Amino acid sequence: MWASLQRTMAVAAKELRQLSRDRLTLGMVIGIPLLQMMIFGYGINFDVRHVKTAVVDMANTQASRSLVADMGASQVLEFVVAPATPEAMRGLIDDGTVAVGVYIPPDFERRRLDATRPAAQVMVDATRPGIESAVRAIAQLPLPVRAGLAHRQEPQIEVLTEYNPERRTAVQVVPALIGVILNMTMVVFTAIALVRERERGNLELLITTPVRSGELMIGKLLPYVGVGLIQTTIVLVVGMLLFDVPVNGSLLSLYLGAALFIAATLGLGLLLSTVASTQFQAMQLGFFTLLPSILLSGFAFPFDGMPTAVQWLAQLLPLTHFVEILRGVILRGTSLSALWLPALKLALFLLLAVAMAAGRFRKRLD
Amino acid sequence: MTDGVALAIEARALTRRFGSVLAVDHVDLTVPRGEIFGFLGPNGSGKSTTLRMLCGLLQPTSGSIRALQLEIPRQAEQLRRHLGYMTQRFSLWEDLTARENLDFMARIQGLAPALRSQRMAVAVEEYRLAEFLDRPAGTLSGGQKQRLALAACTLHEPELLLLDEPTSAVDPQSRRDFWESLFTLAGRGTTILVSTHYMDEAERCHHLAILDRGRMVANGAPRALMQQLPLHVVEIAAVDINGARRALHELDSLRSVAQLGLRLHALLSRAERSPLEQVRAVLTRHGVQAEVHLAEASLEDVFVAATLPPQEAA
Repeated sequence: MWASLQRTMAVAAKELRQLSRDRLTLGMVIGIPLLQMMIFGYGINFDVRHVKTAVVDMANTQASRSLVADMGASQVLEFVVAPATPEAMRGLIDDGTVAVGVYIPPDFERRRLDATRPAAQVMVDATRPGIESAVRAIAQLPLPVRAGLAHRQEPQIEVLTEYNPERRTAVQVVPALIGVILNMTMVVFTAIALVRERERGNLELLITTPVRSGELMIGKLLPYVGVGLIQTTIVLVVGMLLFDVPVNGSLLSLYLGAALFIAATLGLGLLLSTVASTQFQAMQLGFFTLLPSILLSGFAFPFDGMPTAVQWLAQLLPLTHFVEILRGVILRGTSLSALWLPALKLALFLLLAVAMAAGRFRKRLD
Repeated sequence: MTDGVALAIEARALTRRFGSVLAVDHVDLTVPRGEIFGFLGPNGSGKSTTLRMLCGLLQPTSGSIRALQLEIPRQAEQLRRHLGYMTQRFSLWEDLTARENLDFMARIQGLAPALRSQRMAVAVEEYRLAEFLDRPAGTLSGGQKQRLALAACTLHEPELLLLDEPTSAVDPQSRRDFWESLFTLAGRGTTILVSTHYMDEAERCHHLAILDRGRMVANGAPRALMQQLPLHVVEIAAVDINGARRALHELDSLRSVAQLGLRLHALLSRAERSPLEQVRAVLTRHGVQAEVHLAEASLEDVFVAATLPPQEAA
């Protein structure tokens, strides 16, 4: 038992030492989370907000001013310029100064009592994704004064959004991003760690020593759990500083869940490394598992909309369960004990992956 | 002969097939403890495969192995505590320093802290590692790497040491030093199996097995193998060395001819009753002036004779 621990720790210490000398990998440990945070946090923005808009209010009545104010209050449109004529507004859209133009004709008061004619017009530059649908939603706003016949008798539905009242993408994306980034780096790191030793011939020496497969696997896995927790911290801190993503739950729950997920993905990496014979293959296998993880885990697309078979497939991916834990702990303030089911699934995945990796790994060359 | 305790290795009809290739073909080995046992053979003759089977790295297709009283591959894990294995290629970690490599290997072998530092100090002294102890192993010269590798695989004082072409990347002086170390280890009772394709190294072994295309074609003490060579060795010194070579090829009893500087080294079948006269006659017939005499067989002659295609052998 003591000897086994000594050997495991010897492997872990060696791995850590090698990692500390590998500048490129070390750079990736810090660089990948930062880069991904910037890309996903800033670049991928599902909500449309502060769209530059021009407004031409030829009516200039109380009702028209009220309509413009309502539109502006949604924060989807940001009125930046008020040209004198609709032609001038058209020009601003053409040259890209604004993406949306709101035109309120002089006979606005008369038109809004007439159901056959539109009361006002909104022009949208439809070359920009996402804007059109957002503006269509704005156009459904009820006109400020009850408009009699012009207004269809539909019940007004009030939509309340919980936990993310402003419906900001960053709040949805950043917590789950911890999982995506860990998934991306952990699988590849460990997949490479073992294959590299095979390629460089170290493994042929190692397998003639008394070290056991399990000791080798766990020893290789341990230092990367630390690396993963560092990455988790980077994403959390950047998320708080740049994107105001709060951590509503306990940090302990969060880190416990993260450690579990990290170990599970490392286990997957080890398993891949027993399949791959070159570092290149290990990399490819790593990315092969990454794409379904991103697409199916509920990180990018709602999990509930997927066909049952795909949902089952998603259950096999550790990221699916971790995204559930992350959103629960970070956004809803749930504790890990309430999220025991996804945690248990992660633990099962970890055990299975390490057992399979250790089982597949033979201390032989044939 | 079958005194098991005195034997380090006993292998019977050891065979290994890779697909359709027969890499090792019914090899029998008996290695007493404390002996330096050499495998001599060209590339692809099955040396590495044999060594790897002996320590459990490869499964034999058929045949049996006992190493240090253990049944291999079934008990390979128990063997590993008493086994040192030096791979053909430098297989320590190039991004770790010499010291870190030694320390890691000592820990992996399960040496207690006190013993670890003591053994490391001894190894540093014995293999002259002090000068490069804190340099990354990847920056060491061939000879330094080799000393480090030998030190690393002997820290746990293995009873059995397997060396797979250990001197393929080092200069002659380093090779001499390396063999001195091997004799020291053997003197302490370590059994050493070493594969090589250098004649001078093979000659230093207590016992030699010559492998050719997976088969063991000669087996014995180097001196005995040279004395028992079933061929005549004729040395020919001639000015027209190419003419002499052409002339020799007319002899039916010629098995092989090789040039050594200004001389030719010809191997003739023992069936030839009077080799010198035959050689002189054929040279005279071709008008080649030459000095001809019988020579002692070298290990190279033994090797050439052993690896001749079967239909040409004596």
